[in-house]
Amino acid sequence: MEINTKGVEHIGSELKSEKFKLLFRRFLFNKLAVVGTVIVILLCLFSIVGPFMTKYGPLDIDPMNRLQPPSADHWFGTDNFGRDLFSRVVHGGRVSLVVGFSAALLTAIIGMIIGLYSSYYRILDHVLMRICDGLIAFPDILLAIAITAILGPNPFNVVIAITIVKVPAMARIVRSAALVVKEQTYIEALKAQGASSWRIIWVHMAPNTISPFLVQMTYVFALSIILEAGLSFLGAGVPAPNPSWGNILYDGKAVIFRAWWMTLFPSIFITLAVLGLNLLGDGLRDLLDPHTSKANKKLK
Amino acid sequence: MANSNLLEIKDLKTSFLTERGLVTAVDGVSFSIKPGETLGVVGESGCGKSVTAASIMRLLNKDSTIYEGEIIYKGKNLLKLSEKEMREIRGNEISIIFQDAMTSLNPVYTIGDQIAESLMIHRKLNKRQAYEEAIEMLRMTGIPAPEKRVHEYPHELSGGMRQRAMIAMALSCRPSLLIADEPTTALDVTIQAQILDLINDLKEELNMSVMMITHDLGVVAEVCTRVVVMYLGQVIEETDVESLFDQPLHPYTKGLLECIPQLEDDRSKRLFTIKGIVPSLDNVPKGCRFAQRCPYVDEQCMSESPDLKEVSQGHKVRCWNYDKISS
Amino acid sequence: MKAYIVTRILSLIPVLLVVAIVAFFLIHLTPGDPAAVMLGSQATPEEVEQLREQLGLNLPLYEQFANWFFGLLQGDFGWSIYYNRPVLTVFLEHLGPTLSLAVLAQAISMVLAIPMGISAARKRGTKIDQIFMALVMLGMAIPSFLMGLFLMQLFALKLKLFPVAGYEPLSSGLWNHLKFMILPATALGIIQTAIIARMTRSSMLDVLSANFIKTAYAKGVKEKIIVYKHALRNAAIPILTVLGQEFGTLIAGAVVTETVFNLPGIGQLVIHAIEKRDYAVIQGTILLAALSYLLVNLIVDLLYGIVDPRVRFGRK
Repeated sequence: MEINTKGVEHIGSELKSEKFKLLFRRFLFNKLAVVGTVIVILLCLFSIVGPFMTKYGPLDIDPMNRLQPPSADHWFGTDNFGRDLFSRVVHGGRVSLVVGFSAALLTAIIGMIIGLYSSYYRILDHVLMRICDGLIAFPDILLAIAITAILGPNPFNVVIAITIVKVPAMARIVRSAALVVKEQTYIEALKAQGASSWRIIWVHMAPNTISPFLVQMTYVFALSIILEAGLSFLGAGVPAPNPSWGNILYDGKAVIFRAWWMTLFPSIFITLAVLGLNLLGDGLRDLLDPHTSKANKKLK
Repeated sequence: MANSNLLEIKDLKTSFLTERGLVTAVDGVSFSIKPGETLGVVGESGCGKSVTAASIMRLLNKDSTIYEGEIIYKGKNLLKLSEKEMREIRGNEISIIFQDAMTSLNPVYTIGDQIAESLMIHRKLNKRQAYEEAIEMLRMTGIPAPEKRVHEYPHELSGGMRQRAMIAMALSCRPSLLIADEPTTALDVTIQAQILDLINDLKEELNMSVMMITHDLGVVAEVCTRVVVMYLGQVIEETDVESLFDQPLHPYTKGLLECIPQLEDDRSKRLFTIKGIVPSLDNVPKGCRFAQRCPYVDEQCMSESPDLKEVSQGHKVRCWNYDKISS
Repeated sequence: MKAYIVTRILSLIPVLLVVAIVAFFLIHLTPGDPAAVMLGSQATPEEVEQLREQLGLNLPLYEQFANWFFGLLQGDFGWSIYYNRPVLTVFLEHLGPTLSLAVLAQAISMVLAIPMGISAARKRGTKIDQIFMALVMLGMAIPSFLMGLFLMQLFALKLKLFPVAGYEPLSSGLWNHLKFMILPATALGIIQTAIIARMTRSSMLDVLSANFIKTAYAKGVKEKIIVYKHALRNAAIPILTVLGQEFGTLIAGAVVTETVFNLPGIGQLVIHAIEKRDYAVIQGTILLAALSYLLVNLIVDLLYGIVDPRVRFGRK
């Protein structure tokens, strides 16, 4: 009996490497997806390398040079405390990207577990899905504000708040992909052979949910960046004086009449990050989900 | 001779612009349909029979389809008509019914609305008159209690009823030609026979011609007078229904006939199959298109493409060796 | 149809319960004593004890929940210690600007998005479609508060067409009201437009490739009628679904956008509540926002029944 399933798995892995190569080639054909990937990689590099490109620290106050417009010395200008904006934007990028990615990863892991188990156990499904319905009903930023307000505003709690807000959608998507697999005959066959439910869920069902899972994770990353920026912009996210794209904007809003650069530069980076991730997500979806690309072909 | 034809297709070539370049789905098809006859068009899926039908109605995406040749209907070349003139033909002069009535009917409108729509467009009836006529058409197609059914939605009808409603819709403007694209494939066997009988009866009653597209030779035997066999975008044999079954000339036609299991066959014998698979349209072989799968293939078949030749009165075949192999 | 409405409403009950539980226990996530946190560090132990008493925090948790929940059923959403008024009253006082912003933004987005999505679907693959898709991607990538800051800089500071920020209620005249609302509503409407237009396009593409569209062409129906009568009604369901789902995004966007423009709406209320540690207001506000989301989605579900006969007759 074991030999039987092992055999199937072996053939599967051989096919997989071929399939992967093909997918990679198709991915390169999708120009927008490549653009998205490049944007995301550049932004990551920028926030890793950026701090070494400037002599100013993100927290170095210089009261003599408050609200200076962009210049050769201060590339992005200075803020209302005379801090170098370039330095703050790159350091803020680290915070925003790390918070966004951590939230996406945590959301993905928890969403995967909830989605898979609720697709497998019917009673659990009812309970978990009603909880998800309930959580989805709260407008995301309001719930996230409430959570960070109560837990205290710091990057870790922002990650927790975003995760709580975004898990239900992730769980739903994994669940519906898993349900499709679960209906297939070979799962019945595995059960009849006495395979453990742990093995069925993680070895057989989980891999089949990976495409929508990856796509959704990319979107959650993008949404997390927006949500972090929104929270910090409202003063309920990453606390001052530490920079994040959102709280640079928060400072910038107060001086919007005098210092356009304080809102412009973080805005550009937020937009680029979200655009890059959305393009990447769309590219992955077109690549991994045959339904959407099919709809684009025929009309009549 | 030409004038006696209701529809005459001359050297039709239909190609699609695709990501992989130009793909020719119908390649030099010619045949004609006489008033009052039922012409069968037979072939495997992908042989171009449905594309031929869609070409007659010009239903293919106009941005990515190229038509060549002529489709003469009552003296007019349909491929040369304006979009507006073509709309006056569709559903009025020529109608089509599709395989799957469930998906071919609009789920959010009642079948009455959908039948009445044709009548309001082509016969300029008002809504009330169109509804009365729709009820009449439903009655004609044998739907019980049509005045009730007319207000129902497609999902409330059974599969057979839906196909009848589809037929009522297609015939509401009394077309001269009905194209039936695999009309019974999606139905139960018992319902299939009823629908075929219905089409046959209505053909007599409304004095129209029918182009019956099918992959099922049983359907051909039941309703058709003449048959065109297609393979990979070409007509490979054309004949009347008797000689199709009695003396098929093309090896492919013979293969198709042998694929039908007979009750008196020895059951230990394996079912006959045509070896190989249909080549893809963007990689059409040189020479005879059937050569790779043909048991009688020779040098000439591999290098030169045979023409469709009339070998006896009304019997055409596209094969180099038909006379040698007609055992 | 009746059975459909009843099942739909009954299925809301467990969700409402979950929403209530989440809102209730959120406050109890506070590290430490909520009463102490609310009063801040200067409070004396007696004051804290008094507040604990007043809020019923000394009771066992389930009893607190039961009291609170039965209060909810009677329309009691708690007491704001900062405003010294019922939370519901405070909420309703701040609802006007947010509601007006959300409604205007939704109207702007629907007027723009649906025709845009339809024409992109009809011209799929062409330059127009590509430009459209690029705009949609850009629109979705710019959070509404950034768009708000941008519009404010351009139209209020540079061109001086509209006031920078502030608010006049509708009762002070339509134009007086609108001149404060146009910029925030546009900022919020753009991202909604992108989302709805994208859904309209993909939903129309699906429907336009359906067999019944081919049937309609075969009947000799004009293309315009096919698109707007046969296709759009079928495409409406996914579009409606998105409208319902995105209502949460709309409210969330409104909350942030109104702080950009200093509109005294729900967003301001929540920010102040956080500053003043007015937990009852935070709790009540998110609860009411969730309830309105559920209400909107109930309405959307009932609309399905009108648009699609298959839903009306209990088949899905």
